[in-house]
Parts: sequence; structure tokens; C-alpha cells
Amino acid sequence: MVDVIRFRDDAANDQPLVSVEALSGQTNATAVRLESDEDARALLPYLNQLALIEVAFPTFRDGRGYSAARILREAGFTGELRAQGDVLVDQIPSMRRCGFDSFIANAPVDQATLDKSLNRYDHVYQPAADAALPVWKLRHG
Amino acid sequence: MYQYDKFDQAIVDARVEEFRDQVNRRINGEMTEDQFKPLRLMNGLYLQLHAYMLRVAIPYGTLSGKQMRMLGHIARKYDRDYGHFTTRQNIQYNWIKLEDTPDILADLASVEMHAIQTSGNCIRNISSDQYAGAAADEVADPRPWAELLRQWSTFHPEFSYLPRKFKIAVIASQEDRAAMRLHDIGLELVMRDGVLGARVFVGGGMGRTPMIAPEIAEFVKADDLLSYLEACLRVYNRYGRRDNAYKARIKILIHELGADEYRRQVAEEFAHVKTLGIDPPLAELERISAYFAPPAYEQGLSDEIDRSNPAFAHWVDQNVKAHKQPGYAIVNISLKPVGGIPGDASSDQIDLMADLAEKYGFDELRVTHAQNIVLPFVAKRDLFTVWQALDAAGIANANLDLVTDIIACPGLDYCSLANARSIPVAQKIAERFADAERQRDIGELKLKISGCINACGHHHAGHIGILGVDKKGVENYQLTLGGSGAEDVSIGKITGPGFDEDGIVDAVERAVEKYRAVRVEGERFIDTYRRVGADSFKEAIYG
Repeated sequence: MVDVIRFRDDAANDQPLVSVEALSGQTNATAVRLESDEDARALLPYLNQLALIEVAFPTFRDGRGYSAARILREAGFTGELRAQGDVLVDQIPSMRRCGFDSFIANAPVDQATLDKSLNRYDHVYQPAADAALPVWKLRHG
Repeated sequence: MYQYDKFDQAIVDARVEEFRDQVNRRINGEMTEDQFKPLRLMNGLYLQLHAYMLRVAIPYGTLSGKQMRMLGHIARKYDRDYGHFTTRQNIQYNWIKLEDTPDILADLASVEMHAIQTSGNCIRNISSDQYAGAAADEVADPRPWAELLRQWSTFHPEFSYLPRKFKIAVIASQEDRAAMRLHDIGLELVMRDGVLGARVFVGGGMGRTPMIAPEIAEFVKADDLLSYLEACLRVYNRYGRRDNAYKARIKILIHELGADEYRRQVAEEFAHVKTLGIDPPLAELERISAYFAPPAYEQGLSDEIDRSNPAFAHWVDQNVKAHKQPGYAIVNISLKPVGGIPGDASSDQIDLMADLAEKYGFDELRVTHAQNIVLPFVAKRDLFTVWQALDAAGIANANLDLVTDIIACPGLDYCSLANARSIPVAQKIAERFADAERQRDIGELKLKISGCINACGHHHAGHIGILGVDKKGVENYQLTLGGSGAEDVSIGKITGPGFDEDGIVDAVERAVEKYRAVRVEGERFIDTYRRVGADSFKEAIYG
């Protein structure tokens, strides 16, 4: 049983994940996996059919997935966006800001630590894919 | 100077508690060192040869007397009574205990300081011109722009795990005192049709593959700047190399793509990012700028300086620079005493500099990338008093930009990456050229020493550069000539076979004497080198 940390209320998608390459031939596929070296923009033509996009984090140092997530959210994707792989508890707040709303981490994530870290900062300096208002917006309205 | 509002303070306070929690988890064994490493690095905490080293951010090198005094307090309470000012306008402490770091950060937060992003593969401390706000040749004060960038880059969610570290410098003068084009991004503020904007250079750097940043945009308006930088960073984050740490800096991406193709990709990304509304209104830059209003200068002060004390007169000639305000001057405090460690200052010296800033300098100090300190706003009538106080503390060294004003990295005495020691070489060269008259006769000569290929000592940008390498287990020093980090930016060229520790001192002296023999009136070392060429210097050095 894979442990999914999920920040969504809708039912989880249980369709098998297909590769980006396989997607063009499968008009009924609803879940896709994006490897860290693949171009998130290759998925843009398929966003309407997709319910789940899983983005690979082969190591915690590989930050390409943060840009992938923002690009997908900026293009209007509202389905489940999952970070999978070497995802560390202290990275999840930034990933949330970039638009990820589910996580499958290689190492177990301590729920209490995660809750604390998600609630630690009341303010952010820059807009991202989440709803948080940057402090310049709070300063100037 | 910028002052935190409740938002800035809340963010820095939360950071202290976050790091306290992370350190506790490490000490309790909930995290392994491998898991802890990226977290501590994001907060400037390195594990060096002998102890933890903590690097504290000094945003764009600007700080108040109170902040400076806190740096002295930290050195006294948690370290061995001294700190080391760095080439990125920060300070680092070499003998820190892990369990003390949360308290140190809390002390820093009490004076609006932090260690956020002073290491890690993220956007580092923004650097700038140490004469900002005082230089006669600036089109605007670059510090409000640097502060805008500090805030934007702090905990940027998309750019915290870049392929490699990322350094940004902002200047606003044609004279480049910040090695702007040797940064990942260099911004030069320029005025066009009465509007202030930025020329954007991307892809400079030192390290093992030194490169001078090409111009990527000739003019970006203030209210487009953050969108433009996000586009620059996003292209890098997606396509910068991650297969080899030595090829992961943005300079390699731009070198491989070509500046034109990178510019095209950035333009395309910018067209998209600009639609997202991430640029703050101009009112935010204005809000920040208000904190950097000129100090309350006294009007009608004399420009006369009593030069009857010869030691004082030498110091004025060498270390005191012209100010845009009549009656005022820019004071450089050289942290390069002959025989000392470049950039080090004791707690007492730090306190004294804080006192002088408060009494005579409108409560402001700067750290320079050459590892010196600046009092940017001193009335000329107070110069003698300031000099006497500095002299009594051993920091009235009248050697700014002379051969003994050496930039040096910590080297193998401290650093776990180093191949060779830098500090003893700097000390031996300074001792060789200790004679003040000879130094003044040699004139401007920027000598920079790195203890390994990572080039923290900026050797590529030295008129004379020294690179320490490991040659079959023995420290060996290569000599480069002709580099510059200023507006005449260039990368030094290696002269030939390396030298041992005493040999490199002799080689430097032979290069300097060659210059003295062939220079023409008004030429600096670098000018002569460029005129006569590398070969005749090689001949002088190797015979």
C-alpha cells in the first residue's frame, strides 16, 4: 500500500499512469507520469482529459519539478498534481506553493512535522501557484 | 537604510523557529546528517575541516552600527572573538557549535538580520556597490533594487533547488566596484528617456570555467524586472545541466546554447510570465526607496583637510574617496594589515567600527567584495578623529587597492574544499611588499588568491591571481596575470608552470618589478601588462 499524502477532497484517481510518450496514442488515459527531464509543456494539449499528473523527483536536489508544476498550474490544470520520489518533509511547503497537491515520498513523512512546517510561515514574498498573497500586495492593497 | 516592517520581521522570526526545529530533529536523531545537510546549507551552515562554519547574510553589504555590533557580539559569545568578511559582502564564523546556531539566528533576527540562502543551490545574497548612495557617478541608488530582489528571492518556491548556486549583483555606476559581470546575473541600472531600468547580463562567473556575462537585455523597466528575472531563472532551472556539478552553473548553459538562443528562450518565457501579475507595483520600489533617502547632511561644511600628519595624509590619499556631497568623504577601512588574515576582524575592532559609524557616519557601514569595510558618509572635518581611532585599533592600514590589499579565501586552513593554503601566501606576499613607499610607487594592483579551483578568492579577476592546487600531495601555486573584476573586466591568463609557497612570492615580485621597469607615466600594472603583453612578463618571471 503506497502512502499518498493528499490535499484534495475529490476521489483519488486509480487509473494506471502512462508515460508522456504513450499519451498521444491513448485518448482515454487520465493519468500521466512526467519524468524530471521531460517538458511539462508537452502535456498542455492533453490537460482537459487528465485527472492526475505525477511529477518525478529522482533526488531531492533535482528542482525541475517545481517549474513543471508551476507551468501546469499556469496553463490552468486543476486536476491532481503529485510529487513522487525523493520528496523531503521540509520541501513540501514549497511544493505546495508551486501547485502540488499530493505527495508520494520514498521516506516516511512525519505528519506532525509536516503540519508544523506547513503552518509556520504566515507570509510570503512572492506570488506563486497557491492563493497566498505576497506581502507587497498586503502593503499596497 | 531599509527597516523591517511587521511582515519582514515575522518571516525572519519564523525562519529562526524553523531552523531550531530542524536542529532539534538532527540532534535527537530524527534526521541523518545526509537529510540535514540540504537544510543547514540553505541557512549558511557548513561543516568545515575543524568545525561548523556559519555564514551570515549582509544584504548588499549594508548594515547599521547596531547590526555591526551584533556581529561582534556573536564573534565574542559563540566563536573565537573574530569574524571573517567575505567576497560576497557577508561575514562568516569559523568555530560554531551546531547547538548554538538557533540562538545565534535569534540574536541576528533581533537586529533584522539572518543567514537565509547564504549557501545552497538557490539565489544567494544580493551584492552591490559599496559606495551606493555616496558615489558621484551613480545614476541612482542601487540598494532599493537590491532590497526588492532580496525579498523576491527569499524562500522563492520555484528556485530553491536550482542546478547550482545563483549570485546576483546590482550596480548603478559605469565604474564597476562589484564585479557585476562575473555574476550569474548582473544588473546595471541605466536611465533611458528619463526612465530608470536595468541592463541585464547573464551567465558570468568564476570557478573552474570563468566567463564574462554577455548582455541579455539592454533595458528592462522596473515594473517588468521580476517577471524578466523569473523567466531567466525558469529557463535555467529547466535546462541547466544537472549531470555534472562542475557544469551546472548558468554560464555553462548560456555557453552551450549561445547568448542569442538563451535570450530568445527568455523572451518567450517572459511573454508568458508577464501575464501572471507577479511584479509588485512601482509603489513598492518607492516604499523601499524612501528608506534609502540621503542622510541629513550638514550644509556648508569645508572641503579642507589638515594634512600636517604625514601618516594621516597617506591614509587620506589611499583610503578616502570622493563623495557626491560637498564636505563629506567615503572612508575605506582596510582589513588587510601586513601579516594579518585578509578580511578578519576581532570583536573589538567590529565594535569600534560600529561606534565610528554611529558617531561620525550616519549610522551606516558597508562590506566590500574586497573584504574591507566602508563608512560611506563621513564629514571631512571628522576624518582625523576617525583615523586616530582606527589607528589605535590597528586598522588604519593605508593600502586600499595596493598590492597588500589582498583578497584571499580561507583556504586549507579552514575550508574542506581547498587544495592549498591561501592565508600564509597572502601573509608572505604582504610581508615582502610591506614597505609603504614601495607599495605606493607600485600603485593600484589587485592581487587575489584562491586555495582551489572554485575561485572564492577571485583569482581570475586579479591583476595578479594566484591559484592553489594540489600537485601529488604538495601545495603548488599557479600564477595568472591580466584579470579584472572592474568595468574593464577580463579573465587572467596562466603564466606557466606553478611554484611552491616561497617561489610564488618571488614570482609575484618579478612580475611587479617587470612592470616598474617598463611602465610609462600613469599606467597601472594592468595597463602595462595589456600594452606589452604576456610574453615579456613570462620572460621576466621564468627567465
